[in-house]
Amino acid sequence: MRLDEFFVTGDPMIYAADVSIVLTIIAIVAVLTYFKKWKWLWTEWLTTVDHKKIGIMYILAALLMMFRGGVDGLLMRIQLAAPDMKFLESEHYNQIFTTHGTLMIIFMAMPFIFGMINIAMPLQIGARDVAYPWLNALSFWLFFAGAMLFNISFVIGGSPDAGWTSYTPLASIEHSPGVGQNYYLWGLQLSGIGSLASGINFMVTILRMRAPGMTLMKMPMFTWSVFITSIIIVYAFPILTVALALLTFDRMFGTHFFTVDGGGMPMMWLNLFWMWGHPEVYIVVLPAFGIFSEVVSTFSRRRLFGHHAMVMSMAAIAVLSFIVWVHHFFTMGAGPAVNSFFSISTMLIAVPTGVKIFNWLATMYKGRIRFTVPMLWTLAFIPNFVIGGVTGVMLAAAPADYQYHNSYFLVGHFHYVLIAGVVFGMIAGLYYWWPKFFGFKLNERQGKHGFWWFMIGFNLTFFPQYILGLMGMPRRIYMYTNADWSLLNMTSTIGAVMQGIGFLIICYNIYWSVRYAPRTNEADPWDGGRTLEWAIPSPVPYYNFSRVPEIKELDPVWYAKKRGEKLIDGPLEKIHMPSNSGVPFILGQIFFVFGFGFVFGWFWMVIPAFIAILLCMAWRSFDYDDGYYVNVEEIKEIEGV
Amino acid sequence: MTKKGLVKLGTIFPFLLLLLTGCTEKIEVLDPQGPVARSQYNLILWSFALVAIVLIVVFVAFTIILIRYRERPDNMDYEPPETQENSKLEIIWTVIPFLIVVALAIPTVQITYGLEKKPEQEPIRIQVVAADWKWIFKYPEQGIETVNYVHIPAGQPVEFQLDATENMNSFWVPKLGGQEYTMPGHTGYLVLQADKPGEYDGKSNNFTGEGFAHMKFKVIAQEPEDFDKWARETKATAPKLTDEKFQEIIKKGVLEERLTFSSTHDDSVIQSVHQYRKKSGESNGHQQH
Repeated sequence: MRLDEFFVTGDPMIYAADVSIVLTIIAIVAVLTYFKKWKWLWTEWLTTVDHKKIGIMYILAALLMMFRGGVDGLLMRIQLAAPDMKFLESEHYNQIFTTHGTLMIIFMAMPFIFGMINIAMPLQIGARDVAYPWLNALSFWLFFAGAMLFNISFVIGGSPDAGWTSYTPLASIEHSPGVGQNYYLWGLQLSGIGSLASGINFMVTILRMRAPGMTLMKMPMFTWSVFITSIIIVYAFPILTVALALLTFDRMFGTHFFTVDGGGMPMMWLNLFWMWGHPEVYIVVLPAFGIFSEVVSTFSRRRLFGHHAMVMSMAAIAVLSFIVWVHHFFTMGAGPAVNSFFSISTMLIAVPTGVKIFNWLATMYKGRIRFTVPMLWTLAFIPNFVIGGVTGVMLAAAPADYQYHNSYFLVGHFHYVLIAGVVFGMIAGLYYWWPKFFGFKLNERQGKHGFWWFMIGFNLTFFPQYILGLMGMPRRIYMYTNADWSLLNMTSTIGAVMQGIGFLIICYNIYWSVRYAPRTNEADPWDGGRTLEWAIPSPVPYYNFSRVPEIKELDPVWYAKKRGEKLIDGPLEKIHMPSNSGVPFILGQIFFVFGFGFVFGWFWMVIPAFIAILLCMAWRSFDYDDGYYVNVEEIKEIEGV
Repeated sequence: MTKKGLVKLGTIFPFLLLLLTGCTEKIEVLDPQGPVARSQYNLILWSFALVAIVLIVVFVAFTIILIRYRERPDNMDYEPPETQENSKLEIIWTVIPFLIVVALAIPTVQITYGLEKKPEQEPIRIQVVAADWKWIFKYPEQGIETVNYVHIPAGQPVEFQLDATENMNSFWVPKLGGQEYTMPGHTGYLVLQADKPGEYDGKSNNFTGEGFAHMKFKVIAQEPEDFDKWARETKATAPKLTDEKFQEIIKKGVLEERLTFSSTHDDSVIQSVHQYRKKSGESNGHQQH
C-alpha cells in the first residue's frame, strides 16, 4: 500500500487534524509524566473493574464522541446552509455524514447509556458491583478499541462513506474498494461484542444481585428499563454480528452474500441490518425513559404513576421492536401484504409509548414541580419527543412513506426522537446523578443557559427539515441548487450553531463546577431522592453499601426518611470486592491491533493478534484470583463512624 | 419558568404557520398533480389530523400541569398526595390511542392495496434504468430512448419498470407520487399519472455515492397527441443509440446533459454490467493494494 493511500492526503483540514492528533498525544504524555500520574492512571483507571469508574469512562468517551459527531453535523450544516456551497466536496461530505451517524449512534448513544447504567443501576438495587466486573471492564475496552479504530479512519486510510447504514451494493467491495468500509465493519464488530457482553452482564446482575426484599416489582423504573434493554440487546446484537461478518467475508474473501452477481442478495443486508437496527433504537431510548421516570418522580415529589403500566409498556415496546423492521424500506416493493403488516406493527408501537407519556404527565399532576436542570431536560423531552413520535406514526403509513422515505422529513423525525429522547435523557441523567458521584452539583445557572441554547437550537435545526422533506429534498446530498430550499436550510444551520453553543456551555459548566462548585457531599443533594443510591454517601465509597439494606417497598429511601428510619443499619462486616485486572485493557488493545490488521488485510498482523487474544483468554481462565476483603476498620473510617 | 410551556408553543408556532401560508406549490408533496400523489396526499392529511389530536392533548395537558403544579415560594409546604394506581385511566389512554391507530390503519391498508391494483386504463410502459449517475429512459413501444428527462402523456397511467445497473437508487417524482427503489438485477414497478401537461422534478432518493446529488431528471407531461407527435419526431430525427454510445453513457461518472436517441439499448447489456466489472478484474473480492 502506498504511503499516500495509507495516510489521507490532499485536504488541508485533514493535515490540521493530523497535527492536532499528534500534539494532543504529546500533551497527554507530557502532562501524565510531569504530574507523575502514570501509576495512578494504571491502578485507578486502566485496570479498574469498579462499575462506577467504568461508567465514568464510558460517559467521558460519549461526551468526546458527541463533540466529534457534533462537529461533523456542523460541517454538514455549513455545507448545506445555502445552495451550491463549495465548502465541502462530495467525497468529503459523504465521509462526514457517514461518520456523523455512526459516531452518534454506536459511539455516543451506546456508551452514554452503558455509562448511566453502570453508575446507577447497581446502586439502585443495593449491589456492590455488577455480576461480572472483569467482563464489564472488557466491554468498555472493546468499545474503546472499536471507537479508536473508527475514529482513526479519517486520517489513516480513509473513512467509510456509504452512510451509517452501509447499504449494499454500495458498501460492497466493487463500489467501495478502499479500506473505509472495513473500518466500519470492524469498529462496529468490536464494540458490538462489548455491548452483547454488557447486555448479559446487566441481566444477570438484575436477576441475581438485588438487595433482600427487593422483588422485581419493587425495583426502580430505571432498573426495569435496564433489564428490558438488556433483553433486547441479547436478542438483537447477534444479528448485527452475523450481518457484519457476512459483509466482511464478501469484501475480503470473495463470498456472495450481498453481491449483485453470483447468487447474492443485496436486499438481505437491509433486512439483517434493520432487524438489528430497529431494536437498537429502542435499546438507546429505553434507558432514557428510565431516567425520565426517576427525574419526573423526584422533582414532582410524587411516586411514579402507574408502576405496573410503565413496566408492561416497556415490555410491549421491546416485543414490538422486533417486528417492525421493514418500515425502514417500505419502498423496496415487498408487496401490499408485507407493507400492510409492518405499517400496522409500527403504528402499534406508538401505543405503549403514549401510555408512558401519559403516566409521566399523571405523575406531575398534583405534584410540586421543581425546575432543576435535570427536570428541565426531562420536561423538554415530553413535547419534543411527542412531535418526533407522531411523525413516526405518519411515516408508518406505507403509502405516505413512499413520499417521505429518505427525504429530510425522515431526517427530521429521527433526530426529534433520538435527540429529544436519548440525548435529553442522558444529559438529564448526567446532571441528576453527578452530585452522587462527585459530591457537588453542576452549577444550576450555567446548566440552564446550556439547556435553553441547546433546546431552542435543536428545534430550529430540525423542524424546518420536516418541511424541506415535503418540498422534495433528498437526504445525503452534499449540495443542492434549488433556491426555494435556502431559507429553511439556513434556519436549520443557525439552529445547529445554537446547539453547538449549548453543548460548549455544558462543557464549560462541567469544567467550572469541577473547579469552583462547593463540595457539599450530601447523600441526598436534591432533597427528594427516593431510591437506594440516595441513601449512601456522595461520592460513593468504592464498596457502595457498608451494609446491604432490607427492602420493603418502592421508593425505600423516601419512605424511610418520612418515617425517620435508618435504611442502612446493622453490624458492619467485612466486604468482598473483586480485584483490579490489567487484562481487559490489554485485550482491548490487542483487539484494536487485530481489527486494524483486518481493515488493511494485513494477515501478518491479524494472526499473531488472534493468537494473543486466545492466550489472554487462556490466562483469564486460569486466573484464580477471587478478589479481596475490605475490613471493618477501613469501612468505619470511610463512613466516618 | 412558568413561561416554559408557552415558550415551547411559541417556538413551534411560527413553523406551523409556515406550513399553512402559501408557497404550497413549492411544497411538492402537498401539491399533488396526479391521482397517485393525491391518494398519498389524502392519507398524509388524514394521518396528520389524527396525530394532531394526540399532539394537542399532550401539549395542552403539559402546559396546564406545568403552570398549575409548579413549585412557588407560596406552596413550599404543599406535600403532593400519595400516588394511587388508576386502572381506569390506564385503559382509557391505551384504548383511545389504539382506536386512533385503527382509524389510521384501515385507510392505510386500503390505499396500500389500492396502489398495487392494475390501473383501469392500459398504462403506457417506460423502462427506467438508474445508472451511476444518470437516469436512462427506454420507450419500448415507441422505440426511442432519452437520458435525464422523460416525456409522458398526461391523463394516462404510466407504468415505470425500474431497474439499475449497479447501485440501489430510488425513483421519485414527488408531485406525481411516491418513490420506489431501483435495484440492480430486480425489476420494480411504479405506476404514476399526471393529470395535466407540465414539467415535474424527478429526484434520486437513495444514496449511491459521489455523484448522487447531481443525478436528477425532469418529467415532461404532454397532451397524448403531443406526446405521440414528439415520439414520432424523435424516432425520425434523433441519432441512433449505438452499443458503444450506450456503454459510454452507463460508465461511472456524472452525466447531467439531456440526450435523445431514436433506438433503444439491449436489455441484456444491463444484466451483464456486473459481469462486465468482474471480467475486467476490478472486482475480484480482494483488497486493491
